[in-house]
Amino acid sequence: MAPLVPSQEELQRRRIIGINPETVTNIPSTDFPGHWPGESHAWALDGFKKNFKVEYHRNDPYEASFSLIGLDAAVANAFRRILMAEIPTLAIEYVFVHNNTSVIQDEVLAQRLGLIPLKGSVEGINWMHWFRKPSEDEEGSSAEGPSDYNTIVLHLDVECTKNPNADEDEQDPRKLYNNAHVYAKDISFHPVGRQEQFFVDDGAIRPVNPDILIAKMRPGQKIEMEMHCVKGIGADHAKFSPVATATYRLLPDIQIERPIIGEDAKKFVKCFPKGVIGLEPVTSEEAARSGSGYEGHAGEQKAVVKDAFNDTVSRECLRHEEFQGKVKLGRVRDHFIFNIESTGQFESDVLFLEAVKVMKLKCARWKRGLHDFMA
Amino acid sequence: MPGSIHDQEPQENDQSMMDAEPEVTDPILLDEKRIIVLPGSSETAASFQFEGEGHTMGNALRYAIMKNPAVEFCGYTIPHPSDAKMHLRIQTTDSTTALEALEKGFNDLMDLCDVVTEKFTASRDQFNAESGNRMEA
Repeated sequence: MAPLVPSQEELQRRRIIGINPETVTNIPSTDFPGHWPGESHAWALDGFKKNFKVEYHRNDPYEASFSLIGLDAAVANAFRRILMAEIPTLAIEYVFVHNNTSVIQDEVLAQRLGLIPLKGSVEGINWMHWFRKPSEDEEGSSAEGPSDYNTIVLHLDVECTKNPNADEDEQDPRKLYNNAHVYAKDISFHPVGRQEQFFVDDGAIRPVNPDILIAKMRPGQKIEMEMHCVKGIGADHAKFSPVATATYRLLPDIQIERPIIGEDAKKFVKCFPKGVIGLEPVTSEEAARSGSGYEGHAGEQKAVVKDAFNDTVSRECLRHEEFQGKVKLGRVRDHFIFNIESTGQFESDVLFLEAVKVMKLKCARWKRGLHDFMA
Repeated sequence: MPGSIHDQEPQENDQSMMDAEPEVTDPILLDEKRIIVLPGSSETAASFQFEGEGHTMGNALRYAIMKNPAVEFCGYTIPHPSDAKMHLRIQTTDSTTALEALEKGFNDLMDLCDVVTEKFTASRDQFNAESGNRMEA
Protein backbone atom coordinates (compact mmCIF):
# COMPACT_ATOMS: atom_id res chain seq x y z
CA MET A 1 0.00 0.00 0.00
CA ALA A 2 1.38 3.35 -0.97
CA PRO A 3 1.85 5.69 1.99
CA LEU A 4 -0.79 8.33 2.56
CA VAL A 5 0.19 11.84 1.58
CA PRO A 6 -1.31 14.54 3.81
CA SER A 7 -2.92 17.55 2.14
CA GLN A 8 -1.10 20.86 1.82
CA GLU A 9 -3.39 22.48 4.43
CA GLU A 10 -2.69 19.69 6.86
CA LEU A 11 1.06 20.02 6.33
CA GLN A 12 0.83 23.79 6.79
CA ARG A 13 -1.16 23.28 10.00
CA ARG A 14 1.54 20.98 11.34
CA ARG A 15 4.23 23.55 10.53
CA ILE A 16 2.77 26.22 12.80
CA ILE A 17 3.53 26.40 16.49
CA GLY A 18 0.61 28.11 18.20
CA ILE A 19 1.30 31.07 20.46
CA ASN A 20 -1.46 31.89 22.93
CA PRO A 21 -1.60 34.52 25.70
CA GLU A 22 -0.28 32.12 28.35
CA THR A 23 0.67 28.93 26.53
CA VAL A 24 2.45 27.54 23.51
CA THR A 25 0.89 24.65 21.60
CA ASN A 26 1.91 22.10 18.99
CA ILE A 27 5.55 22.17 20.07
CA PRO A 28 7.16 18.80 19.20
CA SER A 29 7.99 17.72 15.66
CA THR A 30 5.77 14.94 14.43
CA ASP A 31 7.43 14.10 11.13
CA PHE A 32 8.62 10.66 12.21
CA PRO A 33 7.64 7.24 10.85
CA GLY A 34 4.82 5.78 12.91
CA HIS A 35 3.51 9.05 14.27
CA TRP A 36 0.78 9.58 11.68
CA PRO A 37 -0.80 6.24 10.70
CA GLY A 38 -0.23 5.38 7.07
CA GLU A 39 2.19 8.23 6.33
CA SER A 40 5.83 7.56 5.57
CA HIS A 41 8.10 10.32 6.98
CA ALA A 42 11.16 8.07 6.56
CA TRP A 43 14.45 9.86 5.92
CA ALA A 44 14.83 10.57 2.22
CA LEU A 45 17.79 12.54 0.97
CA ASP A 46 16.04 13.52 -2.26
CA GLY A 47 13.04 14.79 -0.37
CA PHE A 48 15.24 16.79 1.95
CA LYS A 49 17.18 18.20 -0.99
CA LYS A 50 13.92 19.28 -2.61
CA ASN A 51 12.42 20.91 0.47
CA PHE A 52 15.47 22.46 2.10
CA LYS A 53 16.02 26.14 1.26
CA VAL A 54 18.45 28.85 2.30
CA GLU A 55 17.54 32.53 2.06
CA TYR A 56 20.19 35.14 2.68
CA HIS A 57 19.26 38.42 4.35
CA ARG A 58 22.57 40.00 5.17
CA ASN A 59 26.23 39.15 4.64
CA ASP A 60 28.80 41.40 6.29
CA PRO A 61 32.21 40.23 7.48
CA TYR A 62 31.21 40.58 11.13
CA GLU A 63 27.51 39.82 10.85
CA ALA A 64 25.47 37.48 8.70
CA SER A 65 21.76 36.73 8.71
CA PHE A 66 20.06 33.97 6.76
CA SER A 67 17.12 31.58 6.93
CA LEU A 68 17.37 27.83 6.87
CA ILE A 69 13.99 26.44 5.82
CA GLY A 70 12.97 22.79 6.03
CA LEU A 71 15.26 21.70 8.82
CA ASP A 72 14.45 20.09 12.17
CA ALA A 73 15.18 22.00 15.37
CA ALA A 74 17.54 19.23 16.49
CA VAL A 75 19.84 19.87 13.54
CA ALA A 76 19.55 23.67 13.55
CA ASN A 77 20.37 23.68 17.24
CA ALA A 78 23.38 21.44 16.68
CA PHE A 79 24.75 23.98 14.19
CA ARG A 80 24.19 26.82 16.65
CA ARG A 81 25.87 24.96 19.50
CA ILE A 82 28.84 24.03 17.32
CA LEU A 83 29.21 27.66 16.24
CA MET A 84 29.59 28.79 19.82
CA ALA A 85 31.58 25.96 21.33
CA GLU A 86 33.34 23.74 18.83
CA ILE A 87 34.99 25.75 16.06
CA PRO A 88 38.72 26.08 16.68
CA THR A 89 40.13 29.59 16.97
CA LEU A 90 43.34 31.26 18.05
CA ALA A 91 43.65 33.10 21.37
CA ILE A 92 46.30 34.02 23.90
CA GLU A 93 46.70 31.09 26.30
CA TYR A 94 50.09 31.49 28.02
CA VAL A 95 51.45 34.78 29.32
CA PHE A 96 55.04 35.02 30.52
CA VAL A 97 55.39 38.11 32.65
CA HIS A 98 58.97 39.36 32.61
CA ASN A 99 58.15 42.63 34.31
CA ASN A 100 54.92 44.21 35.43
CA THR A 101 55.09 47.21 37.73
CA SER A 102 51.68 48.57 36.72
CA VAL A 103 48.86 48.56 39.26
CA ILE A 104 47.02 45.77 37.44
CA GLN A 105 47.95 42.34 38.77
CA ASP A 106 49.68 39.76 36.57
CA GLU A 107 46.80 37.28 36.63
CA VAL A 108 44.17 39.92 35.93
CA LEU A 109 46.23 41.27 33.05
CA ALA A 110 46.70 37.76 31.66
CA GLN A 111 42.96 37.15 31.82
CA ARG A 112 42.28 40.42 29.95
CA LEU A 113 44.82 39.58 27.27
CA GLY A 114 43.26 36.18 26.66
CA LEU A 115 39.92 37.78 25.79
CA ILE A 116 41.33 40.02 23.03
CA PRO A 117 40.04 38.73 19.66
CA LEU A 118 42.89 38.17 17.20
CA LYS A 119 42.91 38.09 13.43
CA GLY A 120 45.40 37.15 10.75
CA SER A 121 45.79 35.05 7.62
CA VAL A 122 42.94 32.52 7.66
CA GLU A 123 45.06 30.15 5.61
CA GLY A 124 47.77 30.35 8.25
CA ILE A 125 45.35 29.80 11.12
CA ASN A 126 43.90 26.76 9.37
CA TRP A 127 47.42 25.43 8.81
CA MET A 128 48.14 25.54 12.53
CA HIS A 129 47.76 22.45 14.69
CA TRP A 130 46.67 22.05 18.28
CA PHE A 131 49.13 22.72 21.03
CA ARG A 132 49.48 19.85 23.44
CA LYS A 133 50.99 20.76 26.76
CA PRO A 134 53.91 18.47 27.54
CA SER A 135 53.38 16.84 30.92
CA GLU A 136 56.36 16.70 33.26
CA ASP A 137 55.80 13.27 34.76
CA GLU A 138 55.16 11.50 31.48
CA GLU A 139 58.40 10.41 29.80
CA GLY A 140 58.42 10.35 26.03
CA SER A 141 54.88 11.64 25.60
CA SER A 142 53.92 12.61 22.08
CA ALA A 143 53.37 16.25 23.08
CA GLU A 144 56.32 18.33 22.03
CA GLY A 145 55.86 21.85 23.34
CA PRO A 146 55.72 25.08 21.39
CA SER A 147 56.63 25.03 17.70
CA ASP A 148 55.93 27.23 14.71
CA TYR A 149 52.87 25.15 13.76
CA ASN A 150 51.13 25.33 17.14
CA THR A 151 52.16 28.56 18.86
CA ILE A 152 52.05 32.23 17.88
CA VAL A 153 54.37 34.49 19.86
CA LEU A 154 53.28 38.02 20.73
CA HIS A 155 55.10 40.61 22.79
CA LEU A 156 53.91 43.52 24.85
CA ASP A 157 56.70 45.88 25.89
CA VAL A 158 55.57 49.29 27.10
CA GLU A 159 56.98 51.75 29.56
CA CYS A 160 55.26 54.87 30.78
CA THR A 161 57.35 58.05 30.83
CA LYS A 162 56.78 61.75 31.37
CA ASN A 163 56.15 63.77 28.22
CA PRO A 164 58.64 66.68 28.32
CA ASN A 165 56.72 68.54 25.59
CA ALA A 166 53.40 68.56 27.46
CA ASP A 167 51.76 71.85 28.46
CA GLU A 168 52.41 72.89 32.04
CA ASP A 169 48.74 72.96 32.99
CA GLU A 170 47.85 69.87 30.97
CA GLN A 171 45.38 67.60 32.81
CA ASP A 172 44.93 64.73 30.35
CA PRO A 173 47.23 61.86 31.38
CA ARG A 174 47.39 60.68 27.76
CA LYS A 175 49.12 63.93 26.79
CA LEU A 176 50.98 64.42 30.05
CA TYR A 177 52.69 61.03 29.79
CA ASN A 178 53.81 58.65 27.05
CA ASN A 179 52.06 55.27 27.08
CA ALA A 180 49.71 56.18 29.93
CA HIS A 181 47.16 53.92 28.27
CA VAL A 182 48.18 50.52 26.93
CA TYR A 183 46.07 49.48 23.95
CA ALA A 184 45.73 46.27 21.98
CA LYS A 185 47.66 47.93 19.14
CA ASP A 186 50.80 47.92 21.33
CA ILE A 187 50.94 44.12 21.03
CA SER A 188 53.58 43.07 18.50
CA PHE A 189 53.72 39.84 16.51
CA HIS A 190 56.95 37.86 16.24
CA PRO A 191 56.70 35.24 13.48
CA VAL A 192 58.75 32.09 13.86
CA GLY A 193 59.80 29.51 11.23
CA ARG A 194 57.14 28.88 8.58
CA GLN A 195 54.91 31.52 10.14
CA GLU A 196 56.91 34.06 8.12
CA GLN A 197 55.40 32.62 4.95
CA PHE A 198 51.80 32.56 6.17
CA PHE A 199 51.43 35.65 8.32
CA VAL A 200 52.86 38.43 6.13
CA ASP A 201 51.62 42.00 5.61
CA ASP A 202 47.81 41.95 5.94
CA GLY A 203 47.98 38.39 7.20
CA ALA A 204 50.01 39.27 10.30
CA ILE A 205 48.50 38.21 13.60
CA ARG A 206 47.06 41.27 15.32
CA PRO A 207 44.09 42.29 17.49
CA VAL A 208 40.80 42.70 15.57
CA ASN A 209 40.25 46.05 17.27
CA PRO A 210 43.43 48.05 17.92
CA ASP A 211 41.73 50.31 20.49
CA ILE A 212 40.98 47.81 23.23
CA LEU A 213 42.28 49.26 26.49
CA ILE A 214 44.51 46.75 28.27
CA ALA A 215 45.96 48.72 31.21
CA LYS A 216 46.69 52.22 32.49
CA MET A 217 50.09 53.30 33.77
CA ARG A 218 51.95 56.25 35.29
CA PRO A 219 55.59 57.30 34.74
CA GLY A 220 58.08 54.73 35.99
CA GLN A 221 55.73 51.79 35.46
CA LYS A 222 56.49 49.12 32.93
CA ILE A 223 54.92 46.07 31.33
CA GLU A 224 57.12 43.50 29.60
CA MET A 225 55.59 40.22 28.64
CA GLU A 226 55.57 37.45 26.09
CA MET A 227 52.32 35.80 25.07
CA HIS A 228 51.80 32.43 23.43
CA CYS A 229 48.62 31.99 21.39
CA VAL A 230 47.30 28.52 20.72
CA LYS A 231 44.24 27.04 19.08
CA GLY A 232 41.33 26.02 21.24
CA ILE A 233 37.54 25.63 21.27
CA GLY A 234 34.80 27.58 23.00
CA ALA A 235 33.82 24.57 25.11
CA ASP A 236 37.18 24.92 26.86
CA HIS A 237 37.11 28.69 27.35
CA ALA A 238 34.83 31.43 25.99
CA LYS A 239 37.84 33.32 24.60
CA PHE A 240 38.12 30.60 21.93
CA SER A 241 34.52 31.10 20.78
CA PRO A 242 34.60 32.51 17.22
CA VAL A 243 31.23 34.23 17.57
CA ALA A 244 30.04 37.14 19.66
CA THR A 245 26.53 35.76 19.28
CA ALA A 246 25.07 32.94 17.25
CA THR A 247 21.30 32.79 17.51
CA TYR A 248 18.25 31.64 15.64
CA ARG A 249 14.57 32.48 15.92
CA LEU A 250 11.58 30.92 14.24
CA LEU A 251 9.75 32.92 11.56
CA PRO A 252 6.67 34.56 13.16
CA ASP A 253 3.28 33.81 11.64
CA ILE A 254 0.28 36.14 12.01
CA GLN A 255 -3.14 35.10 10.77
CA ILE A 256 -5.98 37.63 10.80
CA GLU A 257 -8.99 35.34 11.01
CA ARG A 258 -11.79 37.90 11.15
CA PRO A 259 -11.78 41.47 9.76
CA ILE A 260 -10.21 44.23 11.83
CA ILE A 261 -11.43 47.57 10.47
CA GLY A 262 -11.56 51.29 11.21
CA GLU A 263 -10.21 52.52 14.56
CA ASP A 264 -9.51 48.94 15.68
CA ALA A 265 -7.23 48.49 12.68
CA LYS A 266 -5.18 51.56 13.67
CA LYS A 267 -4.85 50.23 17.20
CA PHE A 268 -3.92 46.81 15.82
CA VAL A 269 -1.05 48.34 13.83
CA LYS A 270 0.34 49.84 17.05
CA CYS A 271 0.46 46.39 18.71
CA PHE A 272 3.27 45.34 16.34
CA PRO A 273 6.68 46.69 15.35
CA LYS A 274 6.74 49.13 12.42
CA GLY A 275 5.99 47.64 9.01
CA VAL A 276 4.58 44.33 10.25
CA ILE A 277 0.90 45.26 9.88
CA GLY A 278 -0.36 47.61 7.17
CA LEU A 279 -3.64 49.35 6.42
CA GLU A 280 -5.52 48.88 3.18
CA PRO A 281 -8.95 50.16 2.11
CA VAL A 282 -11.70 47.56 1.97
CA THR A 283 -12.49 46.99 -1.71
CA SER A 284 -16.04 47.22 -2.95
CA GLU A 285 -15.73 43.62 -4.07
CA GLU A 286 -15.04 42.47 -0.50
CA ALA A 287 -17.84 44.63 0.84
CA ALA A 288 -20.27 43.11 -1.67
CA ARG A 289 -19.44 39.51 -0.64
CA SER A 290 -21.84 38.43 2.09
CA GLY A 291 -20.31 36.61 5.05
CA SER A 292 -16.92 38.24 4.52
CA GLY A 293 -17.40 40.53 7.52
CA TYR A 294 -16.70 43.57 5.35
CA GLU A 295 -20.32 44.19 4.34
CA GLY A 296 -21.07 47.90 4.24
CA HIS A 297 -17.50 48.88 5.10
CA ALA A 298 -16.25 49.69 1.60
CA GLY A 299 -13.51 52.31 1.65
CA GLU A 300 -12.73 51.88 5.36
CA GLN A 301 -9.23 50.86 6.46
CA LYS A 302 -8.59 47.19 7.25
CA ALA A 303 -5.53 45.62 8.88
CA VAL A 304 -3.41 43.30 6.73
CA VAL A 305 -0.19 41.40 7.48
CA LYS A 306 2.59 43.08 5.52
CA ASP A 307 5.78 41.52 6.83
CA ALA A 308 5.67 38.99 9.66
CA PHE A 309 9.46 38.56 9.46
CA ASN A 310 10.13 41.62 11.63
CA ASP A 311 7.59 40.77 14.31
CA THR A 312 8.88 40.20 17.81
CA VAL A 313 5.84 38.07 18.80
CA SER A 314 5.23 40.27 21.82
CA ARG A 315 1.61 38.99 22.10
CA GLU A 316 0.47 42.56 22.79
CA CYS A 317 -2.50 42.13 20.43
CA LEU A 318 -3.75 39.19 22.49
CA ARG A 319 -4.23 41.43 25.54
CA HIS A 320 -6.96 43.58 23.97
CA GLU A 321 -10.64 42.69 24.17
CA GLU A 322 -11.46 43.96 20.65
CA PHE A 323 -9.06 41.51 18.95
CA GLN A 324 -10.27 38.39 20.81
CA GLY A 325 -10.71 35.55 18.34
CA LYS A 326 -9.73 37.73 15.39
CA VAL A 327 -6.02 37.02 15.26
CA LYS A 328 -3.87 33.93 15.63
CA LEU A 329 -0.17 34.19 16.42
CA GLY A 330 2.32 31.45 15.69
CA ARG A 331 5.77 30.55 14.53
CA VAL A 332 6.86 28.40 11.61
CA ARG A 333 8.44 25.26 13.04
CA ASP A 334 11.03 24.68 10.34
CA HIS A 335 12.01 28.23 9.37
CA PHE A 336 15.12 29.23 11.32
CA ILE A 337 16.34 32.81 11.00
CA PHE A 338 19.99 32.61 11.96
CA ASN A 339 22.03 35.59 13.05
CA ILE A 340 25.77 35.11 13.37
CA GLU A 341 28.07 37.81 14.68
CA SER A 342 31.74 37.01 14.25
CA THR A 343 34.43 38.25 16.63
CA GLY A 344 36.60 38.94 13.58
CA GLN A 345 38.92 35.97 13.22
CA PHE A 346 36.78 34.42 10.49
CA GLU A 347 34.03 35.89 8.33
CA SER A 348 30.60 35.05 9.64
CA ASP A 349 29.42 33.10 6.57
CA VAL A 350 32.60 31.02 6.67
CA LEU A 351 31.85 30.25 10.31
CA PHE A 352 28.54 28.61 9.45
CA LEU A 353 30.15 26.47 6.76
CA GLU A 354 32.82 25.59 9.30
CA ALA A 355 30.11 24.51 11.77
CA VAL A 356 28.57 22.18 9.20
CA LYS A 357 32.02 20.79 8.51
CA VAL A 358 32.65 20.16 12.21
CA MET A 359 29.31 18.36 12.48
CA LYS A 360 30.19 16.09 9.59
CA LEU A 361 33.63 15.45 11.05
CA LYS A 362 32.11 14.48 14.40
CA CYS A 363 29.79 12.00 12.67
CA ALA A 364 32.68 10.53 10.71
CA ARG A 365 34.80 10.17 13.82
CA TRP A 366 32.11 8.48 15.89
CA LYS A 367 31.32 6.20 12.99
CA ARG A 368 34.95 5.15 12.87
CA GLY A 369 34.77 4.40 16.60
CA LEU A 370 31.77 2.22 15.85
CA HIS A 371 33.74 0.09 13.39
CA ASP A 372 36.41 -0.49 16.02
CA PHE A 373 34.09 -2.35 18.32
CA MET A 374 32.07 -4.04 15.63
CA ALA A 375 35.21 -5.94 14.66
CA MET B 1 60.71 28.49 27.00
CA PRO B 2 60.65 31.35 24.50
CA GLY B 3 63.91 30.26 22.86
CA SER B 4 62.78 26.68 22.54
CA ILE B 5 60.69 27.43 19.48
CA HIS B 6 63.78 28.04 17.40
CA ASP B 7 65.70 25.01 18.65
CA GLN B 8 63.21 22.38 17.58
CA GLU B 9 62.88 20.59 14.30
CA PRO B 10 59.29 21.38 13.41
CA GLN B 11 59.11 19.16 10.37
CA GLU B 12 60.05 16.04 12.32
CA ASN B 13 57.58 16.77 15.09
CA ASP B 14 54.91 17.41 12.55
CA GLN B 15 55.35 13.99 11.06
CA SER B 16 55.41 12.16 14.36
CA MET B 17 52.06 13.74 15.11
CA MET B 18 50.68 12.77 11.72
CA ASP B 19 51.76 9.17 12.21
CA ALA B 20 49.42 8.72 15.15
CA GLU B 21 46.22 9.37 13.21
CA PRO B 22 46.46 10.59 9.61
CA GLU B 23 43.13 12.36 9.00
CA VAL B 24 42.76 13.79 12.46
CA THR B 25 42.95 17.54 12.65
CA ASP B 26 42.26 17.89 16.36
CA PRO B 27 43.95 15.42 18.66
CA ILE B 28 42.49 17.16 21.73
CA LEU B 29 38.99 16.15 20.74
CA LEU B 30 39.98 12.64 19.82
CA ASP B 31 41.58 11.78 23.15
CA GLU B 32 39.60 9.46 25.39
CA LYS B 33 36.60 9.41 23.10
CA ARG B 34 34.90 6.06 22.86
CA ILE B 35 31.55 4.42 22.32
CA ILE B 36 30.60 1.80 24.88
CA VAL B 37 27.61 -0.57 24.70
CA LEU B 38 25.95 -0.51 28.09
CA PRO B 39 25.16 -3.85 29.82
CA GLY B 40 21.87 -5.60 29.05
CA SER B 41 21.85 -5.05 25.32
CA SER B 42 20.51 -7.38 22.68
CA GLU B 43 20.79 -7.29 18.88
CA THR B 44 17.78 -5.07 18.41
CA ALA B 45 17.83 -3.09 21.64
CA ALA B 46 20.93 -1.40 22.96
CA SER B 47 22.13 1.63 24.89
CA PHE B 48 25.32 3.30 23.77
CA GLN B 49 27.48 5.59 25.84
CA PHE B 50 29.30 8.41 24.05
CA GLU B 51 32.14 9.91 26.03
CA GLY B 52 32.70 13.63 25.76
CA GLU B 53 29.49 14.25 23.85
CA GLY B 54 26.45 16.35 24.74
CA HIS B 55 23.19 17.67 23.38
CA THR B 56 24.84 18.82 20.15
CA MET B 57 25.23 15.37 18.66
CA GLY B 58 22.76 13.69 21.01
CA ASN B 59 19.66 15.44 19.78
CA ALA B 60 20.71 15.60 16.12
CA LEU B 61 21.53 11.89 16.14
CA ARG B 62 18.26 11.06 17.88
CA TYR B 63 16.41 12.91 15.12
CA ALA B 64 18.29 11.11 12.35
CA ILE B 65 17.75 7.69 13.91
CA MET B 66 14.06 8.30 14.61
CA LYS B 67 13.64 9.02 10.89
CA ASN B 68 14.43 5.34 10.24
CA PRO B 69 11.18 3.33 9.87
CA ALA B 70 12.85 0.21 11.30
CA VAL B 71 13.49 2.01 14.58
CA GLU B 72 10.77 1.61 17.17
CA PHE B 73 12.34 3.81 19.80
CA CYS B 74 15.28 6.17 20.04
CA GLY B 75 16.10 8.58 22.82
CA TYR B 76 19.09 10.19 24.43
CA THR B 77 19.98 11.40 27.89
CA ILE B 78 22.85 13.01 29.73
CA PRO B 79 22.61 11.06 33.00
CA HIS B 80 24.58 13.56 35.04
CA PRO B 81 25.51 17.12 34.06
CA SER B 82 29.01 16.88 35.55
CA ASP B 83 29.88 13.72 33.60
CA ALA B 84 30.65 14.47 29.96
CA LYS B 85 28.71 11.39 28.86
CA MET B 86 25.73 10.93 26.61
CA HIS B 87 23.56 7.80 26.55
CA LEU B 88 21.67 6.86 23.41
CA ARG B 89 19.00 4.16 23.49
CA ILE B 90 17.94 2.44 20.27
CA GLN B 91 15.26 -0.23 19.90
CA THR B 92 14.55 -1.59 16.45
CA THR B 93 12.29 -4.08 14.73
CA ASP B 94 13.71 -7.47 13.73
CA SER B 95 14.56 -6.22 10.24
CA THR B 96 17.72 -4.46 11.46
CA THR B 97 20.00 -4.15 14.49
CA ALA B 98 20.57 -1.28 16.87
CA LEU B 99 24.13 -0.99 15.63
CA GLU B 100 23.05 -0.74 12.00
CA ALA B 101 20.46 1.88 12.90
CA LEU B 102 23.16 3.92 14.63
CA GLU B 103 25.43 3.69 11.63
CA LYS B 104 22.61 4.70 9.30
CA GLY B 105 21.96 7.66 11.60
CA PHE B 106 25.55 8.84 11.14
CA ASN B 107 25.36 8.36 7.38
CA ASP B 108 22.09 10.28 7.08
CA LEU B 109 23.45 13.16 9.16
CA MET B 110 26.56 13.36 7.00
CA ASP B 111 24.43 13.41 3.83
CA LEU B 112 22.35 16.17 5.39
CA CYS B 113 25.49 18.21 6.12
CA ASP B 114 26.53 17.94 2.46
CA VAL B 115 23.17 19.24 1.26
CA VAL B 116 23.23 22.12 3.76
CA THR B 117 26.73 23.13 2.66
CA GLU B 118 25.82 22.96 -1.01
CA LYS B 119 22.61 24.97 -0.69
CA PHE B 120 24.10 27.49 1.72
CA THR B 121 27.05 28.20 -0.58
CA ALA B 122 24.78 28.60 -3.61
CA SER B 123 22.44 30.97 -1.78
CA ARG B 124 25.30 33.04 -0.35
CA ASP B 125 27.06 33.37 -3.71
CA GLN B 126 23.83 34.44 -5.35
CA PHE B 127 23.18 36.98 -2.60
CA ASN B 128 26.72 38.36 -2.88
CA ALA B 129 26.41 38.64 -6.69
CA GLU B 130 23.07 40.44 -6.39
CA SER B 131 24.21 42.88 -3.70
CA GLY B 132 27.41 43.47 -5.71
CA ASN B 133 25.30 44.43 -8.70
CA ARG B 134 23.17 46.71 -6.59
CA MET B 135 26.23 48.52 -5.29
CA GLU B 136 27.58 49.06 -8.79
CA ALA B 137 24.27 50.37 -10.11
